[in-house]
Amino acid sequence: MNAPTPHTAHATRGKPIAFVSAEALRERVHEAINDDHLRSSFRGAMDFLMAKRAAQFPDESELVSLRSLSEAIRQYSLSKLPDLLEQLEANLTRNGVHVHWAETPDEANAIMLDIARRHQAKLIVKGKSMVSEEIEFNHAMEAAGIGALESDMGEYIVQLAGEKPSHIIMPAIHKTKEQIARLFAEKVPGVDYTDNVDALIQIGRQVLREKFEQAEIGLSGVNFAVAETGTLCLVENEGNGRMCTTVPKVHIAITGIEKVVEKLEHVAPLYSILTRSATGQAVSTYFNLISGPRKADEKDGPQEVHLVLLDNGRSQAYADEQLRKTLQCIRCGACMNHCPVYTRIGGHAYGTTYPGPIGKIVSPHMMGLEQTHLLPTLSTLCGACGEVCPVKIPIPELLVRLRGEAQSAPHPHPAMVGQGAGYRPLVSFVWRLWARIYAQPGAYRAFTWLASRFRALTPSRQSGWTVARTPLKPAPKRLRDMVRERV
Amino acid sequence: MSVPLVSAGEHPVRAYPPRPQAVYFYGTCLVDLFVPEAGMDAITLLEREGIRVIFPDNQTCCGQPAFSSGFPDEARQVAASQLDLFPEDYPVVVPSGSCGGMIRWHWEKIFADDPARYAQAKAIAERTYEFAEFLLHVVGFNRPDQGEPTTVTLHTSCSARREMGTHLVGRELLAKLGNVTLAHHGHESECCGFGGTFSLKHPDVSTAMVTDKVAALKATGASEVVTADCGCLLNITKRAAKEDLDAGRVKASLPGEHLATFLLRRTGGQASGSN
Repeated sequence: MNAPTPHTAHATRGKPIAFVSAEALRERVHEAINDDHLRSSFRGAMDFLMAKRAAQFPDESELVSLRSLSEAIRQYSLSKLPDLLEQLEANLTRNGVHVHWAETPDEANAIMLDIARRHQAKLIVKGKSMVSEEIEFNHAMEAAGIGALESDMGEYIVQLAGEKPSHIIMPAIHKTKEQIARLFAEKVPGVDYTDNVDALIQIGRQVLREKFEQAEIGLSGVNFAVAETGTLCLVENEGNGRMCTTVPKVHIAITGIEKVVEKLEHVAPLYSILTRSATGQAVSTYFNLISGPRKADEKDGPQEVHLVLLDNGRSQAYADEQLRKTLQCIRCGACMNHCPVYTRIGGHAYGTTYPGPIGKIVSPHMMGLEQTHLLPTLSTLCGACGEVCPVKIPIPELLVRLRGEAQSAPHPHPAMVGQGAGYRPLVSFVWRLWARIYAQPGAYRAFTWLASRFRALTPSRQSGWTVARTPLKPAPKRLRDMVRERV
Repeated sequence: MSVPLVSAGEHPVRAYPPRPQAVYFYGTCLVDLFVPEAGMDAITLLEREGIRVIFPDNQTCCGQPAFSSGFPDEARQVAASQLDLFPEDYPVVVPSGSCGGMIRWHWEKIFADDPARYAQAKAIAERTYEFAEFLLHVVGFNRPDQGEPTTVTLHTSCSARREMGTHLVGRELLAKLGNVTLAHHGHESECCGFGGTFSLKHPDVSTAMVTDKVAALKATGASEVVTADCGCLLNITKRAAKEDLDAGRVKASLPGEHLATFLLRRTGGQASGSN
C-alpha cells in the first residue's frame, strides 16, 4: 500500500501539521460563540442547507435504501482497499497516468514540488481539494517560490483573505457579501467596491480566466477513483475543475487512499447521494471523468497526468475495525450542516482542516491525539450527524471510542498515535470512585441518602453547569423513598 | 425553518408485546436523586392501568455517564451490578430515552467480550422500553382530559428521537388530551445542549445551545414545556430559571415537567409533586 517511489525517496518524514493545540480549542470556541455575526450567519446558512437537503429526499424509503447501498459500497471498497489500490495503480499506469504514493504531507508536497520543478512551473492553478488543504500545499509551493492559486470561488476568497476554509464544501460560508466586496476592492488590482454578487463573481472569473492560461500545472482533488477502469471522478459546480484538469499541460490530482471504489457502477449511487446530501442538488453542474493524458490524435487535454495518493494516518485508522468506518466518508459536509455545535461555532474554531463532526473523527488519526484529544468531547452525542450521514458512519459511536482512546491511561500498544494524551489522573480517579459507589447498591443508597438528607449543603457553584443555570439540588425524598412510602 | 419530523433513524419500527401483568421500573439515577416525582408519577400511571410495578431496590445506574465520557470499564462495572435485577420476563420500563438507549443498544457493546453477561444484557435490552413509548404502544393509554384548556410545547430528547425511535410518541400522547394544544417550536429536532458531561466540559457551547432552545420554547407562548427526559428537563428549566433570576422575575417564564407528571395531572391523578 505504501510502495515507495523514486519521488518519495528524498522526502523528509515530517510531523503532522498542527493547526490549533488542544488547549487553544477552548479559546477559539469561546471567541466564536460570542461572535453574534458569526452565529447568525452560520445559523442562516446551515438552515438553508438543511432545507435543501431535506427537499432532495421527499421519499424516506428511497433515502433509507440509498444510504444502505452507499454504505455497502464504501464498506465493500474498504474491505478490498489494498487490492483496489494496486488495481487502480495498474490501470492508471496503463492509461498513462503517473501514480505516486505519499505517506505524509511532507512526502506529498515533495512529490509535487519535484513535478513542478521538472516543468519549471511558476504557477499552479488549483481546483477545490481538501487534501491539498490537509497537507498545506499552498504554503509548501510558496516556500519554494511557486505560486498556487485557488480557482474555486470560495477557496479564492479564502485565499485572498489569508484564511482557511470554514466548511469543506462551502469554504467561504463565514463571509458576508459585504466582507467579500471589501476584500476584492482591497486585494484585486483595479477593482472598485461592489457588493453585487454577480459582479463579484464576474471579477473572480476574469482574474482566474487569465491564470488558467498562464499556469503550467493544474491541481485537483478526486471524489472517486475507479480501480477497474483507472478513472478519476471529479464533482464540481463552477467549471473551474474542468479548466484545471484540461487547460494546463500538466494535471496533478491528489486524494486520500480511501477514495477508491472498484467499479464505475459503484460511482452512480455515491454521486447521487453526495450532491443531494451536500448542497441539496440532484446533480452537480459538472461531473468530470478523467482517465489519462491527451492521446496522440487528441487536440486538447493535459500532456501529463499524475495522481498522488496520500496516507497521512489513514492506514492507522484502517487497521482498526471500528475506526476504519471513518474512511467511508465521501466528504459531503452534511454532518456539519446538521451539527448544533458546528452551527454555533463555525468551522475555524475547530482549528483542523476538516471541521465539524467528521473532523472530530478523522483529525485524530491525521494529526495524533496530542493535538486533538479535546475534539471528541465537543459534542452532546445528539446523533444528528449520524442520522444524516449518507454512508452511515456511526459518528457518535466513534466519538465515544475516541473519548476512550484519549482519556484512558497510556497503553503500551496503542491503536492510534497520541493515545492517552487526554489522560488526567484525577478525572480517571473520580470515575473509578463513581463506579465503586454506583456498582454497589448499598454504597449507592448510602451516598444518595446523604446527598438528599444534607441537600442544604449542596454547593451553589457547580462547575460549568451554573455558568448559565440555577444549581442542581437533590430532592428531599429520593424516588426509592417515595416508592417505599406509597400505599 | 421546519425540519422534517420523520427521522431516518436506525430503529424506526418495533414490535410491541401485549399488555403485561407486571413490569420492572428502572427509575434512573437522575430521577432517583433529582426528579423523583417524575418517576413516581410514571409508576402511578402504570399502576392506575392495573399493571403491577416492581421497583428493584438494588437499582443504581445504567452506566451511561461513564460510557459516553469514554470510561467503558467503569460503565461495565456499574451495568454489571444491574444485570440480575430483572429475573422475570417482564418488560423493563425506563422514564428516559437516554438511559433506555444505553440499556437497549450499548449494554451489548460493553459486554461484547463476556458471553454470559452479553446474553443477559441482550435479553434485558430486548424487553426494555422508554416509558412514554410503553404507555402509548403497550398500555394503550387513553384517558379523558380533565384539565382546563392549555397550550404546551414539547421537547423530545435526542436519544428518544435517534436511539429509541420514539420521537413521535410524545406528540401522540398529548394528542389524546382534548383540552391540550401542542405548540411546536423552531428547530424542534435540535439538541438542548445538555449532553451529560458536555455541559460541564464545554459550558460556552452548552449555554449557547440551551439558551437558543429556551428562547424557541418560550417563543411558542406555551404555558409550559413537557419532555420525557429528565436530563433535558433539568437543563432547560434550570436555564430558564437562571434567566428569570437574572431578570428579577418571580414567576417562572418557562415552567417544565416530565410528560408522566403532566399526563397524570391532566387525567385526574394525584401528582406526587414535591419540588
